Amino acid sequence: MVTAEAVWEALAQIPDPEIPVISLVDLGVVKDVTVEGERVRIAFTPTFMGCPALETMRREMEAVVHDLGGEAQVDVVLDDSWSTDSITPAGREKLRAAGFAPPTPRAAGATTLVQLQSKAFRCPYCGSSETRLDNIFGPTPCRSVRYCESCRQPFEQFKTI
Amino acid sequence: MSERAQLLLELADDELILGWRNSEWTGIAPFLEEDVAFSSIAQNEIGHARALYDLAAVELGTDADALAFDRKPEEYRCAQLVQLRLVPDWAQTIARHVLYETADALRIAALKEHDDAELAGIAAKVEREEVYHRLHAEMWLERLRNEARYTEAVDELWPYALGVLEPGLRPALAERVGRPQVQAVERSAPGEEFAALWEEMTMVRRSAPVGAQW
Repeated sequence: MVTAEAVWEALAQIPDPEIPVISLVDLGVVKDVTVEGERVRIAFTPTFMGCPALETMRREMEAVVHDLGGEAQVDVVLDDSWSTDSITPAGREKLRAAGFAPPTPRAAGATTLVQLQSKAFRCPYCGSSETRLDNIFGPTPCRSVRYCESCRQPFEQFKTI
Repeated sequence: MSERAQLLLELADDELILGWRNSEWTGIAPFLEEDVAFSSIAQNEIGHARALYDLAAVELGTDADALAFDRKPEEYRCAQLVQLRLVPDWAQTIARHVLYETADALRIAALKEHDDAELAGIAAKVEREEVYHRLHAEMWLERLRNEARYTEAVDELWPYALGVLEPGLRPALAERVGRPQVQAVERSAPGEEFAALWEEMTMVRRSAPVGAQW
């Protein structure tokens, strides 16, 4: 008998394909799990809409549910309900430990250039806030590239969305 | 075809084709950061197109790939602005980027209030990503706003930019850009420049057997 709890536990073991230190549950992209007999419905929302890892994540979620003896239906939800504030505290810590500065909390208004160029961003290696924006865009849509003037280390900053 | 499906295809085609044009800078942008930026923006725009095609596909009984790649060139509804091949002119590329993102911001704000909850939801999610496109455009605008090559490019592209929006939103665009509302270059059957892009864009799809998996 599949339980929602078992599904959540299994999903928490699936690493994000592009940032494997963090799981799909840490990332907050699993919105809901409902179980009816063997049928498991997972409501899932991508971080960025052009994320190429979408299909990989879908297959992996289907596979873990299958291993639990269930049959998964993954519904992709495209609305405004996910933001980087949905990343769990544990997830943020894992990001930082792996050298990705976690996203700053969402402000009331949209992010501005002045904010990106401010001293609000801490280097995940040395903790200094003497960092500058190198490029709004980075190796994946969800990341920017910054540079730490203190320890002279470039690092990746998770974008706040 | 319903008005809703037509609107979705216009929006999706704009994002797909602009994404394609932006990706033409991949590997050849003036410096590495811009190579990364334009490639990343292209990826986002094509992601937006996918979501919009998916929504249209439910209504039209097809799928996103078929809408993106199986239509004939004359069936695309994208604005003339996104069709232009601007490589290797960086001033024109930045002018289009600034104009498109400014117009798109107005359009997304309107779509967020749309009666169709699914479309409004996608618009809200798209907006979160577009913020970063606009910041990038803003940075370039700061650098280039007084350069003759840039202002000439804006002059040239301005009527095209107006054509991205429905007439009701054009006065707001003219105000934001600080230019008079002139005769817009309207959406119409795509021309030869688009035909060449279509040939390249659909090549893989046309060469693969139906139902091929990647």
